[in-house]
Amino acid sequence: MILARLVPAGVVGLILFFLAFPIVVVTVVSFSEATYLTFPPPAFGFRWYETYFSNPDWLNPTWVSLWVAAAVVVLATFLGTLAALGIARLPKAMRIFATGLILSPLIVPGIVVAIGIYYAYSHYGLVGTPIAMVLAHTCLAVPFVVTSVTASLSGIDPRLEQASLSLGATPGATFWQVTLPLIRPGVLVGALFAFITSFDELIVALFISGTGAVTLPRRMWDDLRFQIDPTIAAVSTLTIVLTVTLMGAAHLLRKRSQA
Amino acid sequence: MSEIAQPSPIAVPLGAVRPLLLNWRRHVPLLLVAPLLIYMLVLYALPVLAMLLRSLNDPTWTLSHYTALFEDVVFAKTFWITINTSVTVTLGCLVLGYPVAMGLVRAKAMAPLILIVILLPFWTSVLVRSYAWMVLLGRHGLVNEGLIAIGMIDRPLRILNTPLATQIAMIHILLPYMILPIANALRQIDPSLIRAASGLGATPFMTFRQIILPLSMSGVAAGTLLTFVLALGFYITPAMVGGPRDITLSMLIAQEVDQLNWPYAATLSAVLLATALAILAAARHLPGVGNAFRMSMR
Repeated sequence: MILARLVPAGVVGLILFFLAFPIVVVTVVSFSEATYLTFPPPAFGFRWYETYFSNPDWLNPTWVSLWVAAAVVVLATFLGTLAALGIARLPKAMRIFATGLILSPLIVPGIVVAIGIYYAYSHYGLVGTPIAMVLAHTCLAVPFVVTSVTASLSGIDPRLEQASLSLGATPGATFWQVTLPLIRPGVLVGALFAFITSFDELIVALFISGTGAVTLPRRMWDDLRFQIDPTIAAVSTLTIVLTVTLMGAAHLLRKRSQA
Repeated sequence: MSEIAQPSPIAVPLGAVRPLLLNWRRHVPLLLVAPLLIYMLVLYALPVLAMLLRSLNDPTWTLSHYTALFEDVVFAKTFWITINTSVTVTLGCLVLGYPVAMGLVRAKAMAPLILIVILLPFWTSVLVRSYAWMVLLGRHGLVNEGLIAIGMIDRPLRILNTPLATQIAMIHILLPYMILPIANALRQIDPSLIRAASGLGATPFMTFRQIILPLSMSGVAAGTLLTFVLALGFYITPAMVGGPRDITLSMLIAQEVDQLNWPYAATLSAVLLATALAILAAARHLPGVGNAFRMSMR
Protein backbone atom coordinates (compact mmCIF):
# COMPACT_ATOMS: atom_id res chain seq x y z
CA MET A 1 0.00 0.00 0.00
CA ILE A 2 1.07 3.49 -0.81
CA LEU A 3 1.25 4.82 2.76
CA ALA A 4 3.67 2.03 3.59
CA ARG A 5 6.21 3.28 1.11
CA LEU A 6 5.93 6.86 2.36
CA VAL A 7 6.42 6.15 6.05
CA PRO A 8 9.00 3.47 6.77
CA ALA A 9 7.88 1.21 9.60
CA GLY A 10 11.19 1.89 11.34
CA VAL A 11 10.41 5.59 11.76
CA VAL A 12 6.99 4.86 13.26
CA GLY A 13 8.56 2.23 15.48
CA LEU A 14 11.15 4.71 16.80
CA ILE A 15 8.51 7.30 17.64
CA LEU A 16 6.38 4.67 19.37
CA PHE A 17 9.49 3.64 21.32
CA PHE A 18 9.91 7.29 22.39
CA LEU A 19 6.29 7.26 23.63
CA ALA A 20 6.45 4.01 25.56
CA PHE A 21 10.02 3.93 26.83
CA PRO A 22 9.77 6.46 29.73
CA ILE A 23 6.78 4.60 31.17
CA VAL A 24 8.61 1.27 30.86
CA VAL A 25 11.71 2.68 32.57
CA VAL A 26 9.73 3.97 35.56
CA THR A 27 8.06 0.60 35.95
CA VAL A 28 11.35 -1.30 35.75
CA VAL A 29 13.15 1.08 38.15
CA SER A 30 10.37 0.62 40.72
CA PHE A 31 11.38 -3.06 41.09
CA SER A 32 15.02 -2.13 41.71
CA GLU A 33 16.85 -3.24 44.83
CA ALA A 34 19.36 -0.39 44.60
CA THR A 35 19.06 2.50 47.05
CA TYR A 36 19.63 5.05 44.29
CA LEU A 37 18.27 5.47 40.80
CA THR A 38 20.14 3.34 38.34
CA PHE A 39 19.23 1.54 35.16
CA PRO A 40 19.22 -1.32 34.54
CA PRO A 41 18.75 -2.22 38.22
CA PRO A 42 21.48 -4.45 39.70
CA ALA A 43 18.84 -6.69 41.31
CA PHE A 44 15.06 -6.88 41.37
CA GLY A 45 12.78 -6.87 44.37
CA PHE A 46 9.87 -5.16 46.09
CA ARG A 47 11.75 -3.03 48.59
CA TRP A 48 10.34 0.30 47.34
CA TYR A 49 6.83 -1.10 47.41
CA GLU A 50 7.48 -2.20 51.00
CA THR A 51 8.67 1.33 51.81
CA TYR A 52 5.50 2.75 50.31
CA PHE A 53 3.09 0.35 52.02
CA SER A 54 4.75 0.77 55.43
CA ASN A 55 5.03 4.56 55.46
CA PRO A 56 2.07 6.66 56.69
CA ASP A 57 3.63 9.67 54.89
CA TRP A 58 2.71 7.90 51.67
CA LEU A 59 -0.41 6.00 52.75
CA ASN A 60 -2.27 8.96 54.25
CA PRO A 61 -2.07 11.06 51.06
CA THR A 62 -3.18 7.97 49.12
CA TRP A 63 -6.33 7.71 51.24
CA VAL A 64 -6.98 11.45 50.90
CA SER A 65 -6.69 11.15 47.10
CA LEU A 66 -8.98 8.12 46.96
CA TRP A 67 -11.65 9.71 49.17
CA VAL A 68 -11.54 13.04 47.36
CA ALA A 69 -11.78 11.29 43.99
CA ALA A 70 -14.69 9.13 45.19
CA ALA A 71 -16.61 12.19 46.38
CA VAL A 72 -15.84 13.98 43.11
CA VAL A 73 -17.25 11.01 41.18
CA VAL A 74 -20.56 11.22 43.07
CA LEU A 75 -20.91 15.00 42.80
CA ALA A 76 -19.65 15.42 39.23
CA THR A 77 -21.60 12.47 37.85
CA PHE A 78 -24.84 13.65 39.46
CA LEU A 79 -24.53 17.33 38.44
CA GLY A 80 -23.05 16.50 35.03
CA THR A 81 -25.65 13.89 34.06
CA LEU A 82 -28.53 16.18 35.05
CA ALA A 83 -27.04 19.01 33.01
CA ALA A 84 -26.40 16.79 30.01
CA LEU A 85 -30.07 15.77 29.99
CA GLY A 86 -31.21 19.38 29.81
CA ILE A 87 -28.53 21.18 27.84
CA ALA A 88 -29.58 20.15 24.32
CA ARG A 89 -33.13 21.47 24.88
CA LEU A 90 -32.13 24.89 26.21
CA PRO A 91 -32.87 28.00 24.12
CA LYS A 92 -29.92 28.75 21.85
CA ALA A 93 -28.31 31.69 23.69
CA MET A 94 -28.65 29.90 27.01
CA ARG A 95 -27.20 26.73 25.52
CA ILE A 96 -24.11 28.51 24.19
CA PHE A 97 -23.52 30.15 27.56
CA ALA A 98 -23.99 26.89 29.47
CA THR A 99 -21.78 24.87 27.11
CA GLY A 100 -19.04 27.51 27.23
CA LEU A 101 -19.07 27.68 31.03
CA ILE A 102 -19.18 23.92 31.55
CA LEU A 103 -16.46 23.08 29.01
CA SER A 104 -14.18 26.05 29.81
CA PRO A 105 -12.02 24.19 32.38
CA LEU A 106 -10.67 22.18 29.42
CA ILE A 107 -9.27 25.37 27.83
CA VAL A 108 -8.51 27.79 30.66
CA PRO A 109 -4.86 27.21 31.67
CA GLY A 110 -4.59 25.12 34.83
CA ILE A 111 -2.59 27.73 36.72
CA VAL A 112 -5.30 30.39 36.13
CA VAL A 113 -8.01 28.07 37.48
CA ALA A 114 -5.82 27.06 40.40
CA ILE A 115 -4.91 30.54 41.63
CA GLY A 116 -8.48 31.81 41.06
CA ILE A 117 -9.81 29.02 43.26
CA TYR A 118 -7.03 29.60 45.80
CA TYR A 119 -7.82 33.34 45.85
CA ALA A 120 -11.52 32.84 46.55
CA TYR A 121 -11.40 29.72 48.74
CA SER A 122 -8.82 31.25 51.08
CA HIS A 123 -11.29 34.06 51.80
CA TYR A 124 -13.68 31.45 53.17
CA GLY A 125 -11.08 29.50 55.14
CA LEU A 126 -11.49 26.45 52.91
CA VAL A 127 -7.81 26.04 52.02
CA GLY A 128 -6.28 22.89 53.45
CA THR A 129 -9.56 20.99 53.74
CA PRO A 130 -10.57 17.88 51.78
CA ILE A 131 -13.91 19.60 51.11
CA ALA A 132 -12.17 22.35 49.14
CA MET A 133 -10.38 19.70 47.08
CA VAL A 134 -13.69 17.97 46.31
CA LEU A 135 -15.43 21.25 45.40
CA ALA A 136 -12.59 22.36 43.12
CA HIS A 137 -11.92 19.00 41.47
CA THR A 138 -15.61 18.60 40.67
CA CYS A 139 -15.44 21.73 38.48
CA LEU A 140 -12.52 20.18 36.58
CA ALA A 141 -14.19 16.76 36.27
CA VAL A 142 -17.65 17.90 35.18
CA PRO A 143 -16.75 18.67 31.51
CA PHE A 144 -15.82 15.01 30.98
CA VAL A 145 -19.13 13.79 32.43
CA VAL A 146 -21.21 16.24 30.38
CA THR A 147 -19.43 15.45 27.07
CA SER A 148 -19.61 11.72 27.70
CA VAL A 149 -23.32 11.66 28.65
CA THR A 150 -24.22 14.10 25.85
CA ALA A 151 -22.49 11.81 23.36
CA SER A 152 -24.47 8.78 24.50
CA LEU A 153 -27.74 10.78 24.58
CA SER A 154 -27.23 11.84 20.97
CA GLY A 155 -26.94 8.17 20.02
CA ILE A 156 -30.41 7.34 21.36
CA ASP A 157 -33.20 6.79 18.87
CA PRO A 158 -35.81 9.43 19.90
CA ARG A 159 -38.59 7.04 18.85
CA LEU A 160 -37.81 4.86 21.87
CA GLU A 161 -38.72 7.68 24.26
CA GLN A 162 -41.71 8.70 22.13
CA ALA A 163 -42.95 5.10 22.09
CA SER A 164 -42.65 4.89 25.87
CA LEU A 165 -44.54 8.17 26.36
CA SER A 166 -47.26 7.32 23.84
CA LEU A 167 -47.78 3.93 25.48
CA GLY A 168 -48.71 5.76 28.63
CA ALA A 169 -45.48 5.83 30.65
CA THR A 170 -44.98 9.00 32.68
CA PRO A 171 -41.92 11.14 31.83
CA GLY A 172 -40.36 9.90 35.07
CA ALA A 173 -40.94 6.25 34.25
CA THR A 174 -39.66 6.85 30.72
CA PHE A 175 -36.46 8.34 32.13
CA TRP A 176 -35.80 5.52 34.61
CA GLN A 177 -36.81 2.65 32.35
CA VAL A 178 -35.82 3.83 28.87
CA THR A 179 -33.39 6.77 28.84
CA LEU A 180 -31.21 5.90 31.83
CA PRO A 181 -30.46 2.30 30.79
CA LEU A 182 -29.53 3.60 27.33
CA ILE A 183 -27.11 6.25 28.60
CA ARG A 184 -25.66 4.11 31.40
CA PRO A 185 -22.37 3.41 29.55
CA GLY A 186 -21.92 7.16 28.97
CA VAL A 187 -22.57 7.93 32.63
CA LEU A 188 -20.11 5.23 33.68
CA VAL A 189 -17.42 6.51 31.31
CA GLY A 190 -17.97 10.03 32.67
CA ALA A 191 -17.65 8.75 36.24
CA LEU A 192 -14.36 7.00 35.41
CA PHE A 193 -12.99 10.17 33.80
CA ALA A 194 -14.10 12.17 36.84
CA PHE A 195 -12.25 9.79 39.17
CA ILE A 196 -9.00 9.99 37.23
CA THR A 197 -9.23 13.77 36.74
CA SER A 198 -9.35 14.21 40.50
CA PHE A 199 -6.91 11.42 41.37
CA ASP A 200 -4.19 12.77 39.02
CA GLU A 201 -4.78 16.49 39.61
CA LEU A 202 -1.80 18.44 40.89
CA ILE A 203 -1.91 22.17 40.09
CA VAL A 204 -5.02 23.02 42.13
CA ALA A 205 -3.77 20.70 44.90
CA LEU A 206 -0.48 22.62 45.05
CA PHE A 207 -2.37 25.75 46.02
CA ILE A 208 -5.29 24.57 48.13
CA SER A 209 -4.35 21.24 49.72
CA GLY A 210 -2.34 23.09 52.41
CA THR A 211 -1.18 20.75 55.14
CA GLY A 212 -4.59 19.32 55.95
CA ALA A 213 -5.49 17.68 52.65
CA VAL A 214 -2.22 16.54 51.08
CA THR A 215 -3.07 14.36 48.09
CA LEU A 216 -0.84 11.71 46.52
CA PRO A 217 0.31 13.87 43.54
CA ARG A 218 1.06 16.71 45.97
CA ARG A 219 3.09 14.33 48.17
CA MET A 220 5.03 13.11 45.11
CA TRP A 221 5.72 16.70 44.05
CA ASP A 222 6.99 17.63 47.53
CA ASP A 223 9.20 14.55 47.56
CA LEU A 224 10.69 15.32 44.14
CA ARG A 225 11.83 18.74 45.35
CA PHE A 226 14.26 17.07 47.75
CA GLN A 227 15.23 13.70 46.39
CA ILE A 228 14.57 11.22 43.64
CA ASP A 229 14.46 7.89 45.43
CA PRO A 230 12.81 4.90 43.82
CA THR A 231 9.80 5.07 46.18
CA ILE A 232 8.31 7.55 43.74
CA ALA A 233 8.89 5.04 40.95
CA ALA A 234 6.89 2.49 42.94
CA VAL A 235 4.10 5.00 43.63
CA SER A 236 4.14 6.04 39.96
CA THR A 237 3.87 2.43 38.82
CA LEU A 238 0.90 1.84 41.14
CA THR A 239 -0.89 4.96 39.85
CA ILE A 240 -0.10 3.96 36.24
CA VAL A 241 -1.68 0.54 36.86
CA LEU A 242 -4.75 2.14 38.46
CA THR A 243 -5.34 4.86 35.85
CA VAL A 244 -4.55 2.64 32.87
CA THR A 245 -6.98 0.01 34.15
CA LEU A 246 -9.76 2.57 34.62
CA MET A 247 -9.06 4.37 31.33
CA GLY A 248 -8.91 1.03 29.53
CA ALA A 249 -12.30 0.15 31.01
CA ALA A 250 -13.69 3.53 29.91
CA HIS A 251 -12.25 3.04 26.43
CA LEU A 252 -13.82 -0.41 26.04
CA LEU A 253 -17.15 0.80 27.44
CA ARG A 254 -17.23 3.68 25.00
CA LYS A 255 -16.33 1.46 22.06
CA ARG A 256 -18.97 -1.08 23.01
CA SER A 257 -21.70 1.54 23.41
CA GLN A 258 -20.84 2.99 20.00
CA ALA A 259 -20.85 -0.39 18.28
CA MET B 1 -64.98 30.53 10.93
CA SER B 2 -64.66 26.97 9.94
CA GLU B 3 -65.91 24.05 11.92
CA ILE B 4 -62.35 22.99 12.83
CA ALA B 5 -61.51 26.18 14.64
CA GLN B 6 -64.39 25.67 17.02
CA PRO B 7 -63.10 24.34 20.30
CA SER B 8 -64.43 20.84 20.84
CA PRO B 9 -66.17 20.35 24.17
CA ILE B 10 -63.41 18.18 25.50
CA ALA B 11 -60.67 20.68 24.66
CA VAL B 12 -62.03 23.26 27.06
CA PRO B 13 -61.07 21.62 30.33
CA LEU B 14 -57.80 20.37 28.88
CA GLY B 15 -56.95 23.83 27.60
CA ALA B 16 -57.39 25.22 31.06
CA VAL B 17 -54.91 22.79 32.56
CA ARG B 18 -52.42 22.58 29.71
CA PRO B 19 -50.75 26.02 29.83
CA LEU B 20 -49.68 25.47 33.39
CA LEU B 21 -48.37 22.02 32.63
CA LEU B 22 -46.64 23.22 29.47
CA ASN B 23 -45.01 26.09 31.30
CA TRP B 24 -43.60 23.74 33.86
CA ARG B 25 -42.41 21.34 31.17
CA ARG B 26 -40.78 24.13 29.20
CA HIS B 27 -38.53 24.94 32.12
CA VAL B 28 -37.43 21.37 32.74
CA PRO B 29 -34.22 21.71 30.67
CA LEU B 30 -33.21 24.82 32.59
CA LEU B 31 -34.04 23.17 35.90
CA LEU B 32 -31.79 20.26 34.96
CA VAL B 33 -28.84 22.46 33.95
CA ALA B 34 -29.25 25.10 36.69
CA PRO B 35 -27.65 23.16 39.58
CA LEU B 36 -24.43 22.66 37.61
CA LEU B 37 -24.42 26.23 36.27
CA ILE B 38 -24.82 27.67 39.76
CA TYR B 39 -22.20 25.29 41.12
CA MET B 40 -19.65 26.25 38.47
CA LEU B 41 -20.39 29.96 38.71
CA VAL B 42 -19.97 30.05 42.47
CA LEU B 43 -17.06 27.64 42.87
CA TYR B 44 -15.08 28.22 39.68
CA ALA B 45 -16.05 31.07 37.34
CA LEU B 46 -16.64 33.83 39.92
CA PRO B 47 -13.46 32.91 41.86
CA VAL B 48 -11.40 33.15 38.66
CA LEU B 49 -13.09 36.42 37.66
CA ALA B 50 -12.64 37.89 41.15
CA MET B 51 -8.95 37.04 40.97
CA LEU B 52 -8.62 38.53 37.45
CA LEU B 53 -10.33 41.69 38.68
CA ARG B 54 -7.37 42.36 40.93
CA SER B 55 -5.47 43.32 37.77
CA LEU B 56 -7.90 46.22 37.25
CA ASN B 57 -8.90 47.53 40.67
CA ASP B 58 -5.75 47.53 42.77
CA PRO B 59 -5.47 50.02 44.48
CA THR B 60 -8.17 51.86 42.45
CA TRP B 61 -9.61 51.26 39.00
CA THR B 62 -6.62 51.43 36.69
CA LEU B 63 -5.06 49.96 33.57
CA SER B 64 -1.59 50.67 34.89
CA HIS B 65 -0.83 47.01 35.60
CA TYR B 66 -1.33 46.27 31.92
CA THR B 67 0.52 49.30 30.55
CA ALA B 68 3.42 48.48 32.89
CA LEU B 69 3.85 45.14 31.06
CA PHE B 70 5.17 46.97 27.99
CA GLU B 71 8.27 48.01 29.93
CA ASP B 72 8.49 44.84 31.97
CA VAL B 73 11.66 42.94 30.97
CA VAL B 74 10.82 39.88 33.06
CA PHE B 75 7.40 39.64 31.45
CA ALA B 76 8.79 40.10 27.94
CA LYS B 77 11.34 37.34 28.44
CA THR B 78 8.83 34.98 30.06
CA PHE B 79 6.21 35.58 27.39
CA TRP B 80 8.79 34.95 24.68
CA ILE B 81 9.94 31.70 26.33
CA THR B 82 6.32 30.55 26.67
CA ILE B 83 5.47 31.24 23.01
CA ASN B 84 8.79 29.86 21.82
CA THR B 85 8.37 26.64 23.82
CA SER B 86 4.79 26.19 22.62
CA VAL B 87 5.75 26.70 18.95
CA THR B 88 8.73 24.32 19.20
CA VAL B 89 6.69 21.67 21.00
CA THR B 90 3.80 21.97 18.54
CA LEU B 91 6.14 21.64 15.55
CA GLY B 92 7.86 18.68 17.21
CA CYS B 93 4.50 17.00 17.80
CA LEU B 94 3.48 17.63 14.20
CA VAL B 95 6.69 16.16 12.76
CA LEU B 96 6.57 13.10 15.04
CA GLY B 97 2.79 12.77 15.14
CA TYR B 98 1.92 12.74 11.45
CA PRO B 99 3.94 9.60 10.58
CA VAL B 100 2.54 7.78 13.62
CA ALA B 101 -1.02 8.73 12.63
CA MET B 102 -0.34 7.36 9.15
CA GLY B 103 1.17 4.22 10.65
CA LEU B 104 -1.85 3.78 12.91
CA VAL B 105 -4.37 4.19 10.08
CA ARG B 106 -2.46 1.94 7.67
CA ALA B 107 -1.74 -0.85 10.15
CA LYS B 108 -4.13 -3.76 10.18
CA ALA B 109 -3.07 -6.52 12.59
CA MET B 110 -0.71 -4.14 14.43
CA ALA B 111 -3.27 -1.34 14.85
CA PRO B 112 -4.49 -2.32 18.36
CA LEU B 113 -0.88 -2.60 19.57
CA ILE B 114 0.04 0.81 18.13
CA LEU B 115 -3.07 2.32 19.71
CA ILE B 116 -2.11 0.88 23.11
CA VAL B 117 1.40 2.35 22.81
CA ILE B 118 -0.13 5.76 22.06
CA LEU B 119 -2.80 5.57 24.77
CA LEU B 120 -0.63 4.13 27.57
CA PRO B 121 1.37 7.33 28.12
CA PHE B 122 -1.77 9.38 27.32
CA TRP B 123 -3.52 7.77 30.29
CA THR B 124 -0.58 8.33 32.64
CA SER B 125 -0.55 11.55 34.67
CA VAL B 126 1.57 14.52 33.59
CA LEU B 127 3.39 14.36 36.93
CA VAL B 128 4.44 10.73 36.44
CA ARG B 129 5.52 11.36 32.85
CA SER B 130 7.57 14.40 33.88
CA TYR B 131 9.14 12.30 36.63
CA ALA B 132 10.00 9.62 34.03
CA TRP B 133 11.94 12.24 32.07
CA MET B 134 13.78 13.31 35.24
CA VAL B 135 14.89 9.68 35.59
CA LEU B 136 15.93 9.47 31.94
CA LEU B 137 17.65 12.82 31.46
CA GLY B 138 19.42 13.29 34.80
CA ARG B 139 23.18 13.53 35.16
CA HIS B 140 23.35 9.80 35.88
CA GLY B 141 20.18 9.08 33.97
CA LEU B 142 19.72 6.46 31.35
CA VAL B 143 20.39 8.77 28.38
CA ASN B 144 23.73 9.98 29.72
CA GLU B 145 24.83 6.52 30.87
CA GLY B 146 23.84 5.07 27.51
CA LEU B 147 25.70 7.71 25.51
CA ILE B 148 28.81 7.19 27.64
CA ALA B 149 28.55 3.42 27.30
CA ILE B 150 28.53 3.58 23.51
CA GLY B 151 31.38 6.08 23.55
CA MET B 152 29.51 9.07 22.10
CA ILE B 153 30.44 11.33 25.02
CA ASP B 154 33.03 11.21 27.84
CA ARG B 155 31.25 13.25 30.47
CA PRO B 156 27.53 13.43 31.24
CA LEU B 157 25.68 16.13 29.29
CA ARG B 158 23.58 18.63 31.13
CA ILE B 159 20.10 17.93 29.74
CA LEU B 160 17.86 17.94 32.81
CA ASN B 161 16.94 21.47 33.92
CA THR B 162 17.47 22.93 30.46
CA PRO B 163 14.88 24.16 27.92
CA LEU B 164 15.66 21.05 25.84
CA ALA B 165 14.41 18.80 28.67
CA THR B 166 11.17 20.81 28.85
CA GLN B 167 10.69 20.49 25.10
CA ILE B 168 11.36 16.74 25.01
CA ALA B 169 9.03 16.02 27.94
CA MET B 170 6.27 18.31 26.62
CA ILE B 171 6.44 16.73 23.16
CA HIS B 172 6.14 13.33 24.83
CA ILE B 173 3.13 14.46 26.85
CA LEU B 174 1.30 16.29 24.05
CA LEU B 175 2.05 13.93 21.15
CA PRO B 176 -1.21 11.93 21.51
CA TYR B 177 -3.24 15.16 21.22
CA MET B 178 -1.66 15.60 17.77
CA ILE B 179 -1.80 11.95 16.65
CA LEU B 180 -5.46 11.24 17.42
CA PRO B 181 -7.11 14.10 15.43
CA ILE B 182 -4.79 13.50 12.45
CA ALA B 183 -5.50 9.75 12.50
CA ASN B 184 -9.20 10.58 12.65
CA ALA B 185 -8.94 12.74 9.52
CA LEU B 186 -6.78 10.20 7.67
CA ARG B 187 -9.28 7.45 8.44
CA GLN B 188 -12.00 9.37 6.63
CA ILE B 189 -10.09 9.58 3.34
CA ASP B 190 -11.74 7.35 0.74
CA PRO B 191 -9.09 4.70 -0.13
CA SER B 192 -10.37 4.61 -3.72
CA LEU B 193 -9.02 8.18 -4.17
CA ILE B 194 -5.54 6.92 -3.36
CA ARG B 195 -5.92 3.90 -5.63
CA ALA B 196 -7.18 6.15 -8.42
CA ALA B 197 -4.22 8.49 -8.05
CA SER B 198 -1.64 5.73 -8.26
CA GLY B 199 -3.63 4.03 -11.04
CA LEU B 200 -3.37 7.27 -13.00
CA GLY B 201 0.40 7.23 -12.57
CA ALA B 202 0.97 9.49 -9.56
CA THR B 203 4.09 8.70 -7.56
CA PRO B 204 3.60 7.97 -3.86
CA PHE B 205 4.94 11.41 -3.04
CA MET B 206 2.54 13.12 -5.48
CA THR B 207 -0.37 11.17 -4.01
CA PHE B 208 0.65 12.26 -0.54
CA ARG B 209 1.21 15.88 -1.56
CA GLN B 210 -1.96 16.29 -3.62
CA ILE B 211 -4.49 13.96 -1.97
CA ILE B 212 -3.57 12.68 1.48
CA LEU B 213 -2.08 15.90 2.89
CA PRO B 214 -4.87 18.28 1.77
CA LEU B 215 -7.59 15.88 2.95
CA SER B 216 -5.95 15.48 6.36
CA MET B 217 -5.59 19.23 6.96
CA SER B 218 -8.67 19.36 9.22
CA GLY B 219 -6.97 16.89 11.56
CA VAL B 220 -3.68 18.78 11.35
CA ALA B 221 -5.44 22.06 12.20
CA ALA B 222 -7.29 20.53 15.14
CA GLY B 223 -4.20 18.77 16.49
CA THR B 224 -1.97 21.82 16.08
CA LEU B 225 -4.45 24.10 17.80
CA LEU B 226 -5.07 21.71 20.67
CA THR B 227 -1.36 21.07 21.22
CA PHE B 228 -0.44 24.75 21.07
CA VAL B 229 -3.16 25.96 23.44
CA LEU B 230 -2.42 23.20 25.96
CA ALA B 231 1.34 23.90 25.70
CA LEU B 232 0.80 27.60 26.52
CA GLY B 233 -0.51 26.77 29.98
CA PHE B 234 2.00 24.08 30.96
CA TYR B 235 3.25 24.42 34.51
CA ILE B 236 4.23 21.10 36.09
CA THR B 237 6.60 19.89 33.38
CA PRO B 238 8.70 23.06 32.93
CA ALA B 239 8.82 23.46 36.72
CA MET B 240 10.11 19.90 37.15
CA VAL B 241 12.51 19.34 34.25
CA GLY B 242 13.10 22.86 32.89
CA GLY B 243 15.88 25.29 33.66
CA PRO B 244 15.61 27.36 36.84
CA ARG B 245 15.92 30.57 34.85
CA ASP B 246 13.86 29.58 31.81
CA ILE B 247 10.52 30.18 33.43
CA THR B 248 7.23 30.09 31.56
CA LEU B 249 4.26 32.39 32.13
CA SER B 250 2.56 29.76 34.32
CA MET B 251 5.66 29.49 36.53
CA LEU B 252 5.95 33.27 36.85
CA ILE B 253 2.28 33.44 37.90
CA ALA B 254 2.85 30.78 40.58
CA GLN B 255 5.91 32.67 41.88
CA GLU B 256 4.00 35.93 42.14
CA VAL B 257 1.16 34.23 44.04
CA ASP B 258 3.72 32.80 46.47
CA GLN B 259 4.82 36.37 47.12
CA LEU B 260 1.15 37.43 47.40
CA ASN B 261 1.63 39.87 44.54
CA TRP B 262 -1.99 39.40 43.40
CA PRO B 263 -2.33 42.37 41.01
CA TYR B 264 0.69 41.23 39.00
CA ALA B 265 -0.30 37.55 39.10
CA ALA B 266 -3.81 38.50 37.96
CA THR B 267 -2.48 40.63 35.10
CA LEU B 268 -0.25 37.80 33.90
CA SER B 269 -3.16 35.36 34.20
CA ALA B 270 -5.36 37.64 32.11
CA VAL B 271 -2.65 37.82 29.43
CA LEU B 272 -2.20 34.03 29.41
CA LEU B 273 -5.95 33.42 29.23
CA ALA B 274 -6.47 36.09 26.56
CA THR B 275 -3.68 34.59 24.43
CA ALA B 276 -5.26 31.13 24.58
CA LEU B 277 -8.76 32.47 23.84
CA ALA B 278 -7.53 34.70 21.00
CA ILE B 279 -5.91 31.72 19.28
CA LEU B 280 -9.06 29.65 19.68
CA ALA B 281 -11.23 32.49 18.40
CA ALA B 282 -8.99 33.06 15.40
CA ALA B 283 -9.05 29.36 14.54
CA ARG B 284 -12.67 28.57 15.30
CA HIS B 285 -13.74 28.51 11.64
CA LEU B 286 -11.08 26.02 10.58
CA PRO B 287 -12.60 22.64 9.75
CA GLY B 288 -12.21 20.01 12.45
CA VAL B 289 -11.47 22.50 15.21
CA GLY B 290 -14.91 22.19 16.76
CA ASN B 291 -14.22 18.54 17.42
CA ALA B 292 -10.74 19.15 18.77
CA PHE B 293 -11.78 19.83 22.32
CA ARG B 294 -14.13 16.92 22.43
CA MET B 295 -11.05 14.87 21.62
CA SER B 296 -9.14 16.41 24.48
CA MET B 297 -10.78 13.75 26.64
CA ARG B 298 -7.93 11.56 27.65
